[in-house]
Amino acid sequence: MGAQLRLLRRRIKSVKSTAKITRAQELIASSRIVKAQQRMQAAVPYEREITRAVSGVVSNTASADHPLTTAKEQPRRAAVLIVTSDRGFCGGFNANILREAEALGGLLRSRGIEPVPYVVGRKGITWHSFRGREMGGQWGGFSDNPSYGDAKEIADALIAAFSADDGIDEIHIVSTEFVSMLTQEVAVKRILPLAVVETAEKPETPLPYFEFEPTAAEVLDSLLPRYVESRIFSTLLQSAASEHAARRRAMKSATDNANELIRVFTMQMNQARQAEITQEISEIVGGANALADAAAGKE
Amino acid sequence: MAKLRVGVVSPEREIWSGEADMVIAKTVDGEIGIMPRHTPMLGVLVEGGVLTVKRGGGEPDLVAAVHGGFLSVADDEVSILAEVAELGSEVDVARAKNALDRAQASVEANMEAADAAALKRARARLRAAGEEVG
Repeated sequence: MGAQLRLLRRRIKSVKSTAKITRAQELIASSRIVKAQQRMQAAVPYEREITRAVSGVVSNTASADHPLTTAKEQPRRAAVLIVTSDRGFCGGFNANILREAEALGGLLRSRGIEPVPYVVGRKGITWHSFRGREMGGQWGGFSDNPSYGDAKEIADALIAAFSADDGIDEIHIVSTEFVSMLTQEVAVKRILPLAVVETAEKPETPLPYFEFEPTAAEVLDSLLPRYVESRIFSTLLQSAASEHAARRRAMKSATDNANELIRVFTMQMNQARQAEITQEISEIVGGANALADAAAGKE
Repeated sequence: MAKLRVGVVSPEREIWSGEADMVIAKTVDGEIGIMPRHTPMLGVLVEGGVLTVKRGGGEPDLVAAVHGGFLSVADDEVSILAEVAELGSEVDVARAKNALDRAQASVEANMEAADAAALKRARARLRAAGEEVG
């Protein structure tokens, strides 16, 4: 067997085993997207209710002077929560987020604010530690299946840093939003100081006048941290769903690519084999002719 | 009579939703009963409280253990935003009793706030399941 033939056989074998791996990853990711989407859906009612409650309190209390809602006049440091994934194999997912985070860092610096990264996901953590950047906080190990406890942990750390005297004056989130199975977008949001997000549909009636138990201030005190937690939780869930979607897409194109390579290599291999056979035949025919000629010459 | 539309939601999922005649919950100020046409209100629920939803019409009451969270009432809509909530019917009584004993033991051993919270939670869970707790 010719050297070229052997080489091609070996490459086809290796590409085939790669394709098997990427195909398996693709299938795993597609089955997890559905689950991640269901979790996103399940979290919607709580977020909707808590947003309504917060807007109810804020619109009712004229003096909503809560540390979490008031912007500092001279912000000096801002926390940037960067939500990445724990594993690779998901195309440009992490690169897009980190690029956007860098851009936000530059923007903040131009306004005279020092950005402090708080990183979720091992990919983002290694990215920062490789560059020797100091992180305000880091969390990893749950990016593909976050629980509310994880969100609470992050929120607690951020709120503590925000409430500290010489701590942080603003909190931004850079994460991927799950728009649909095919579209995920990197989004930059400011979560603190709090600007209560209006829900998509305007309430048809003005918000009613609420009674508070025990008092408006105390309700706000315990409501706002929960609201921040819920925002972070929904961010984590969206990021998880986006990660799976990105992985599925990346693995699908890897599998397609591998199959295309196998096709090309198989063709080349067949050509090489055919060439070898043709050569052998022509050698035999040539040899036979030469023998026949020699025999004819003797007579 | 008008009915209340009740939703019990936790961050991870919607636990229960439906119509009811009355909702009884425990806020930091004390127990409160909500009936239709209640004035809009927002309350902070206590850690380890028990929520009772009287559904009327011969339906059995819904009882749940609610650990922290909020109660909001507006336009006959009651939503209970619980950080953690469990329906009484879903409580594993043996496990909860076990947790109660453990929490009690560790509270007596070292007076820590985390243990006290666990104790309250275990009690609420058992009460929601309809067990007598001392």
